[in-house]
Amino acid sequence: MPNKHTLLGTAVGLGLAVGLASAASAEQITIATVNNADMITMQELAPAWEEATGNTIDWVVLEENVLRQRTTTDIATGGGSFDIMFIGAYETPIWGAEGWLTPLNDFADDADYDLEDVFQLVRNGLSANGNLYALPLYSETSFTFYRTDIFEAAGIEVPDEQITYTQFAEMAAAAHDPENGIYGTCQRGKAGWGENMAFVGTVANAFGADWFDMDWNPQLDSPEWNAAVNYYVDLMKASGPPGASANGHNENRALFKDGKCATWVDATSAAGDVRNPDTSSVADTTDFFKAPMQVTNKGTGWFWSWALAIPASSKKVDTAKDFLKWATSKEYFEMVGESKGWVAVPSGTRKSVEEDPRRLAAAPFANTIVDAILSVDPADPTRDPVPYTGVQFVAIPEFQGIGNYVGQQVAAALAGQMSVEQALANSQQFAVREMTKAGYIK
Amino acid sequence: MARAVSNGKKIANTAIAGTVGFLMFFPILWILILSFKTEEDAIRAPLEILFSSGWTMDSFAAVQARSDYFKHFMNSVTISVGSTFLGLLIAIPAAWAMAFVPAKRTKDVLMWMLSTKMLPPVGVLIPIYLIFRDFGLLDTRIGLTFVLMMINLPIIIWMLYTYFKEIPGEILEAARMDGASLREEVIYVLTPMAIPGMASTVLLNIILAWNEAFWTLNLTAAKAAPLTAFIASYSSPEGLFYAKLSAASIMAIAPILIMGWFSQKQLVRGLTFGAVK
Repeated sequence: MPNKHTLLGTAVGLGLAVGLASAASAEQITIATVNNADMITMQELAPAWEEATGNTIDWVVLEENVLRQRTTTDIATGGGSFDIMFIGAYETPIWGAEGWLTPLNDFADDADYDLEDVFQLVRNGLSANGNLYALPLYSETSFTFYRTDIFEAAGIEVPDEQITYTQFAEMAAAAHDPENGIYGTCQRGKAGWGENMAFVGTVANAFGADWFDMDWNPQLDSPEWNAAVNYYVDLMKASGPPGASANGHNENRALFKDGKCATWVDATSAAGDVRNPDTSSVADTTDFFKAPMQVTNKGTGWFWSWALAIPASSKKVDTAKDFLKWATSKEYFEMVGESKGWVAVPSGTRKSVEEDPRRLAAAPFANTIVDAILSVDPADPTRDPVPYTGVQFVAIPEFQGIGNYVGQQVAAALAGQMSVEQALANSQQFAVREMTKAGYIK
Repeated sequence: MARAVSNGKKIANTAIAGTVGFLMFFPILWILILSFKTEEDAIRAPLEILFSSGWTMDSFAAVQARSDYFKHFMNSVTISVGSTFLGLLIAIPAAWAMAFVPAKRTKDVLMWMLSTKMLPPVGVLIPIYLIFRDFGLLDTRIGLTFVLMMINLPIIIWMLYTYFKEIPGEILEAARMDGASLREEVIYVLTPMAIPGMASTVLLNIILAWNEAFWTLNLTAAKAAPLTAFIASYSSPEGLFYAKLSAASIMAIAPILIMGWFSQKQLVRGLTFGAVK
């Protein structure tokens, strides 16, 4: 029979072993992220996951472009500085195809997670070669924000169907009243592939333009691009605010919320903020309709998704996966709804969330957003066949440089520093040089 | 005899100096104003910001609640002070040798050192990143201290060399004649005479290291991130964070502004050392 000392010793030993084991299993993960409202919410709620698992999180928060450069350096060199990265629909397929990200296919087998509940379009946008490489937090397209009171006062009929950009310009001109501080339309003018080119890219798609033909020859000096950029510059000169070439998403969002804009074609993810009476002076007088079309309705609303991915260089994949599962689960969205309000729930990702009566009550426009997102097809973004995927971007590594350069030229044309023809001729020359250097053009 | 300056000229000079000073200070003043505004007010037109909106400390409170300011501050202090003093250890003997026992190629060596400052940092990012990865130096204060020391070493050597050149070699020779060893010569003769220059070198290099943003952002993640990363975390192209960004900027530059304020006499004295003969 074992004596008391032996039993006590065994119990102490087991306790120590369990304690040591749990201490050893608790890990610290590092997450690189951007500074936007949804990620701030995640940081605020993450202690719940830390308490439940015993793991801890180091957050690295950076501006979007800095984050992109920082994470690209780390992931391409296998630096292993981060266990989770917040990346977009542009990087995910490229990095996944390079083998820089951990495949997340096993989430499909997890009944609790219910991957099927995530919109197919979003999953496709975050996959490469049949593998899922990131889990989405939110997704967005672009649609038209408009002021119901201004439209009513100006006698502008609210469209039921998708209108053309020609009709849109007429609406903006009718609503334009700069003497009273109202501009007919506010659109992105600040240079950058993720800034002005997000909007200009979709206008170009609507006018039947494309970035490259099937042989990867740049098409930036085509008649379609000329028509699209001339339209954009004329629209902004006729009905835009002064200094529009300096306005990006933030500035336009501020102008719109301050009641200065009659229309604004931009991200659906801004809808909750614009319709929030605590943060917007036009919450009750804003509604939405589809982004306009022109010669085609393909690629007229962009597609973007912010998602969480695990670099292949992470040494804490299991813990990182556990966090990903928590941060993109139905329970997480529920937690955001209960703590921050259902209007603040990240949108465009999970079917069950968008159909939740609490979400629909708080955000009656949720269905409009979902319809707009589901109408986008990044695999078929243009009137003519193209060799690339992506609506407002081209999913190749060279696009960042080309897109930024074209954005600078278009911004210069908008600011009156050069003609549209000159801007597009410069852009074409640059794109041909870059694509030749990269080996696309022999 | 000094030239007489008319009152009119004095007033004009003062007005020009005041205007230039105000223009240089204006961005900091504007950041200070925005830091005491709400996010909604911070994006209004400039005159509206000044006159039609209230003042609040909310942004400072939000920044303090969301970020560990003290950790970033301590990293900045460690990295900037550490890299400067580590640089001095190497630069003092180097500058002494080049100032007092110049060789045939000393000028070429000095120019070569300066030319390294002309290299765009991004050109060597990947090699340095790989070295850091292999030596386990990514996101460490010691790694960053070493890199910033290397980056600023040419400036430290150049500044010390210039100050040392102003010290007459005869004084050092006299010390040697009196039997002083090299160590005693450096510590008891050279150092006291070069202290203003050394102080301004230290101050300037601490400021340069404090403000360095390329390497501090690219080689750190969470543990060794200094105040430059702290500021960067409040910049965003999507969402409104101007007031918080301004508050974070004020919190980041305040220590170095205060240090510069108290040491400006020393700094100016050192920077103008030898300017008038």
